[in-house]
Amino acid sequence: MTLPAGVERHDFDGETSLATQGQPVYGERTDGDWRRWDPHRSKLGAMLEHGMETGLEGDETVLYLGAAAGTTVSHVADFAGPTYAVEFAPRPVRELLDAAESRQNLFPLLKDARKPERYAHVVEPVDVVVQDVATRGQARVAALNKRFLTDDGRLLAAIKARSEDVTADPADVFDNVREELSAEYELLETARLDPYHEDHLGIVARPRED
Amino acid sequence: MSNGWFAGLDPDDDAAAVEQIEAGRADTPEDWPQQAVEAGFADDEAAYYDRLHEVTMAATSAAVAEQEGADDQQLVHAVRAMADCERTANELAERVAEWGGSRYGDSGSGVEYARSLVERDDEDEGDTALRALAEQTAGLADEADSLRAYIERTAPAVAPNLSMLAGPVLAARLISLAGGLEALAKKPSGTVQVLGAEDALFAHLKGNAPSPKHGVIFTHEYVRGTRREDRGSAARALAGKLSIAARIDHYSGDRRSDLQAELDERIERIQARAEEGDE
Repeated sequence: MTLPAGVERHDFDGETSLATQGQPVYGERTDGDWRRWDPHRSKLGAMLEHGMETGLEGDETVLYLGAAAGTTVSHVADFAGPTYAVEFAPRPVRELLDAAESRQNLFPLLKDARKPERYAHVVEPVDVVVQDVATRGQARVAALNKRFLTDDGRLLAAIKARSEDVTADPADVFDNVREELSAEYELLETARLDPYHEDHLGIVARPRED
Repeated sequence: MSNGWFAGLDPDDDAAAVEQIEAGRADTPEDWPQQAVEAGFADDEAAYYDRLHEVTMAATSAAVAEQEGADDQQLVHAVRAMADCERTANELAERVAEWGGSRYGDSGSGVEYARSLVERDDEDEGDTALRALAEQTAGLADEADSLRAYIERTAPAVAPNLSMLAGPVLAARLISLAGGLEALAKKPSGTVQVLGAEDALFAHLKGNAPSPKHGVIFTHEYVRGTRREDRGSAARALAGKLSIAARIDHYSGDRRSDLQAELDERIERIQARAEEGDE
């Protein structure tokens, strides 16, 4: 697997880790401009750490759904082009605003990922949709936001089993999500994100033609 | 074709740009950077992105401040004001309809009829007086709508779980009826179930009426959409989850998306009784 341009394995005091260059955001370790991308704190980081073929090359236009306090999206903005960060809850968005302060290509939006018509007047068509929303109906969120992807774009999603059904076996939940998602997307690769994130499924997919 | 956030904006008008980011809509994304350059809103794409960064930072910061500034008492005022505006608009609309019927003979009714009179040309002083009243009626109905929009924006910040399960407006009504989020969190779920049905409850306690099965939670689709025999069960299940949601919102503020899944399952089981009964 190749890492996108702008993401490297970097040595932090004898420990090698994924890293990007930019202002630190969440107290991560740094070495000069390089900041550690902790796969325990970031599902996309875990997907890269697992060697999933994300198709990321660097400099993409990105829509990030579920940006929360900006931990992951700050790394994405470090290596990508225009990066639109959607988050629904006001509290973490304060920190997201701090992360976006030093990143001219990061555009924070306090919006609901289940209502794309509320941000389609701002977000342009993108090469990549990254989805990390801990809400019920994660496959539906992906389907609703398919409109943003260019024909050869990629969906990179982290599905949280507990958000769909706390009582069900995660494997069953993932089967259901995979099936529902297949209506709108062709699934290229899926992998559990253990040990970094328990009961999470990483998905790489591309939109089916309408 | 949909419009980008910059459509019709003076490139230097910060306040209008912030408003457009917050309130604008489009069904599908388009190549906004290119369109903005073509429309002369920005000199080139780099300038567009610089402006977009400024404007999204300002808009998001303002939206966060508004939502965080919201507390349960503000929500109580807003939902009571909305109810006042709705009730008064409806009362005035009846008056307008009665008066309008006497003058023009049409049989319209409600706020829509009042709105239709606003456009009418005056021929005498009576027309003017009636049209002025119709305008006030429509204005009150508009005010109710904008209060509703304010509640929909702010209730999820005050009570995220309760708003998720009940919807923002019903969440605000429950908080209002209890007198605040803390008061609601302290009520047993049986009380939450009949909030808003106090008249029926006291009639029952005096011994001359059946106990009410539900109060304002009747407006929730899970109660209204359940057949009559099972509505009591549905109302009890919903009230139970709403009480838990209110307690989490008051005491911890965490978002618990699994509550929705649990409620959905309970209601599904209750509504399935109707099918079993048919067999």
